[in-house]
Amino acid sequence: MKREKHASGRYWISFLALFLLLCILFVWSINSGSVAMSLPDIIKIIFRREGEATAYNIIWQIRLPRVLAAVILGGALSVSGFLLQTFFHNPIAGPFVLGISSGAKLVVALTMICFLSRGITVSAMMMVLAAFFGSMISMGFVLVVSRKVRRMSMLVICGVMISYICSAITDFVVTFADDSNIVNLHNWSMGSFSGMTWSNVLVMTVIVFISVITVFFMSKPIGAYQLGEVYAQNLGVNIKAFRAALILLSSILSACVTAFAGPVSFVGIAVPHLVKNVLKTSKPILVIPACFLGGAVFCLFCDLIARTLFAPTELSISSVTALFGAPVVILIMIRRQKER
Amino acid sequence: MKDFFFYTDQMTVGYNGKPLIREIKIELNRGEILTLIGPNGAGKSTILKSITRQLKLIGGSACLDLRDMQQMSGKEIARRLAVVLTERMKPELMTCEDVVSTGRYPYTGNLGILGPEDKEKVRQAMELVHALDLKDRDFTAISDGQKQRILLARAICQEPEMIVLDEPTSFLDVKHKLEFLTILKKMVRESKAAVIMSLHELDLAQKISDQVMCVKGKWIQKCGSPEEIFTSDYICKLYDMTAGSYNAAFGCMELPAPLGEPEVFIIAGGGTGIPVYRKLQREGIPFATGILHKNDVDYEAAIHLATQIIAEEAFEPIRPETYQRALERMRRCREVICCLKEFGTWNEANERLWEEARKEK
Repeated sequence: MKREKHASGRYWISFLALFLLLCILFVWSINSGSVAMSLPDIIKIIFRREGEATAYNIIWQIRLPRVLAAVILGGALSVSGFLLQTFFHNPIAGPFVLGISSGAKLVVALTMICFLSRGITVSAMMMVLAAFFGSMISMGFVLVVSRKVRRMSMLVICGVMISYICSAITDFVVTFADDSNIVNLHNWSMGSFSGMTWSNVLVMTVIVFISVITVFFMSKPIGAYQLGEVYAQNLGVNIKAFRAALILLSSILSACVTAFAGPVSFVGIAVPHLVKNVLKTSKPILVIPACFLGGAVFCLFCDLIARTLFAPTELSISSVTALFGAPVVILIMIRRQKER
Repeated sequence: MKDFFFYTDQMTVGYNGKPLIREIKIELNRGEILTLIGPNGAGKSTILKSITRQLKLIGGSACLDLRDMQQMSGKEIARRLAVVLTERMKPELMTCEDVVSTGRYPYTGNLGILGPEDKEKVRQAMELVHALDLKDRDFTAISDGQKQRILLARAICQEPEMIVLDEPTSFLDVKHKLEFLTILKKMVRESKAAVIMSLHELDLAQKISDQVMCVKGKWIQKCGSPEEIFTSDYICKLYDMTAGSYNAAFGCMELPAPLGEPEVFIIAGGGTGIPVYRKLQREGIPFATGILHKNDVDYEAAIHLATQIIAEEAFEPIRPETYQRALERMRRCREVICCLKEFGTWNEANERLWEEARKEK
């Protein structure tokens, strides 16, 4: 009884802390940039929609969509990672290391070049569809490989290889594409939250919101699945449908991220791991919302660094997330090794 | 006519549509334990997996409570049937209580939140397996014996009418094997659940089972009460034993008797000979023993261990012919060991034998 209270106290504090962090980083992100603004100004611009024109445009057209995108996509990425880890029973599975992001990147690049060279603009929805298609191709490969190999490290190595192949092809394609958009494409293929429009934000909000809510309502079967497939099946989980749903949802979420921000590394592994260790539980009903919040905080933080550290030059978001995320992955591997 | 709680009719099981074992007939009442025994790879797990619907039946049917299990929904099965597997799992950051709680899955709502009644059921199940003190421990950090108990508690709080266990005692040491099976037996008596399991330990299978089924080859070899199954000849045949034998009286396996002309003669009786027999067998020295009555406990061991036995019919005084045979045998041995300190009236022939041996030294 005592411990129960203790545990639920931990949950409350963790969620509250994550939420506070999110708020602080949100305000901080909007506040920082090449044009300095005071807090009262920002509040005035956002809530009363009045103020000086340049500042108004910077906030409404540049900073706000970007910050919102970082929140939504960061959350989506980390939930997607959690789903993949559940699916493969593998703590270092994630959309980036399994090559799913790169697959999406390849198909999106192809689509963009194909359409732009004919003078057709690519809508946000089309980008997402292309990314989803690419994700599913990579996912197909990974699934085939996972049937052949049982060791988790092998699976990840295969994923990284798939990722290299896709990136190489993307680079070819980008090199040979003759378009003024190439700079844009290059930036995107490195991963960045810059250049978000409100219509992008709207599309991603709808997709991510629906997917994450669905995932949340799947927390019961996910919990049963954590014990293993056979136990889950005995408890009445329809395994085939459940596995298909996991694959689809994680692909949709990571495709959505890749379509808008390019491949973002390590968030999908690092955040779920950190969140589980903070909460000291792996109960999906707690971990899923915490993952979303945690991913949002992590990406906001990394984006803040990416664009302010060497301003006006911007770093790619992946280099910053890798800096913080990769050590976590190494930590997990070492810890696993010790357990054996 | 069929009033068994669980029965299978002409059930054929196998992988990928290829039949492995055909026409299996199981008839089980509530509160009974059926144990599958047989050599490795004979298909025990295949049968269990088919019953739990992990594998599709290739032919025939399995009925639980008079209904065909293939027609039941996953949810209905979940409320009636629970499983305990050998497969070692490593759930991340789950306490033992969390693991047990998953058994309540078929009874909770859409989000799987436990109500007070569910929590009470979890507590009771953990109490039944004497694991309440493990409640808050991390599942991956406890011993194998404790893990099996936790998994049994998980199955219990699923409130099943039938439990299927696949080699539940495989990784446990002797103490924990006994403890686990004792708890299982108690649980079966209390909840009146039907149990089907596979076991490697023949001695335990004999003691805990109401029915034993021998799995080997394309058809079920034999099915019956432990008394029918656990005979020396049959167990040797079931496992194709070429070395050693099964001692039905003791319910244990014996290594093969040393071969060759007996070098040592042992005068024994009343269980005094067994330690000496085993020692000689370990050292590979062939020996003869006598004079044993056929109802002597030494006789049961000697059958499996001695090269030659000089025996007398039970409840008969030792006849002179038998004494003569023993004497001749003894004279051809290079050494004589007498395990007896006292000789009774009916055993005075052995006393004479010993005196003879000492005289000749």
